[in-house]
Amino acid sequence: MESKSIALNSERDISNARAQVRVIAAALGFRMIDQTRLATVASELSRNVIKYGGGGQLIAQPTIEADGRHGLRLIFEDKGPGIENIEAAMRDGFSTGRGLGKGLPGSKRLVDEFKIESEPGSGTRVTVVRWRD
Amino acid sequence: MNGSRIPILKVGRVLIVPIQVDMDDQTVMHLQERILSELERTAARGVLIDISLLEMIDSFIGRVLSDIAAMARIMDARTVVVGMQPAVAITLVELGLELKGVDTVLNVDEGIRLLRGEFDIAEEEEERELRELMALGEQVNRS
Repeated sequence: MESKSIALNSERDISNARAQVRVIAAALGFRMIDQTRLATVASELSRNVIKYGGGGQLIAQPTIEADGRHGLRLIFEDKGPGIENIEAAMRDGFSTGRGLGKGLPGSKRLVDEFKIESEPGSGTRVTVVRWRD
Repeated sequence: MNGSRIPILKVGRVLIVPIQVDMDDQTVMHLQERILSELERTAARGVLIDISLLEMIDSFIGRVLSDIAAMARIMDARTVVVGMQPAVAITLVELGLELKGVDTVLNVDEGIRLLRGEFDIAEEEEERELRELMALGEQVNRS
């Protein structure tokens, strides 16, 4: 299956992103609980791209490891102000906005791999992977 | 999808809100406002939100559900969320969400029983007080 790029420009794109991620996860053979985890992560991180990053995109990338494991990699990119203190942003309950501060640390618990790259002034990229059982 | 398309039904003193589609953020906010204005208009004592068709709850929807329960409580109504799918419950806990102040039950029947039970007790208490007062009145009259 090919990679798919999903635009994240307005709040409405959040529900589109989670719906598309669920469809892709189902097509890749992820079970129900993992489809839900991936859709939820897509929702959380897409909202960050729109609310804090001023928009960007989500790339959904089906992947196969050398050992034959199947997975889904989701890359969330924005060209916003970036995250100044990644360590603080990853703490449960830390929030600069009106949120609960559950978005980033919560999302990390729903996936197998989680990586944030951010440069103040030039944007943020969050990459997550969930492997199929 | 527009929030006004999610129905809010009044059955007795309970508002029933069946959420049958995925909602965008604006729809969620709109629904919150509509539930509160229906509470004011109808003086309902309970809100039953059926989420059995909802396929995920993220931190935004979770927060709004908690807010609805908190605001409804201030308006003297209790909120019950029914029918959460197991996958949604697992994800919610992993995400670290607690749905503060929201009672959850397995199905609509349980939800209605829970809400009705609460009102019935209150009404029974009122009735008993009234009977006691009447009995007292009779005693006074007899003496």
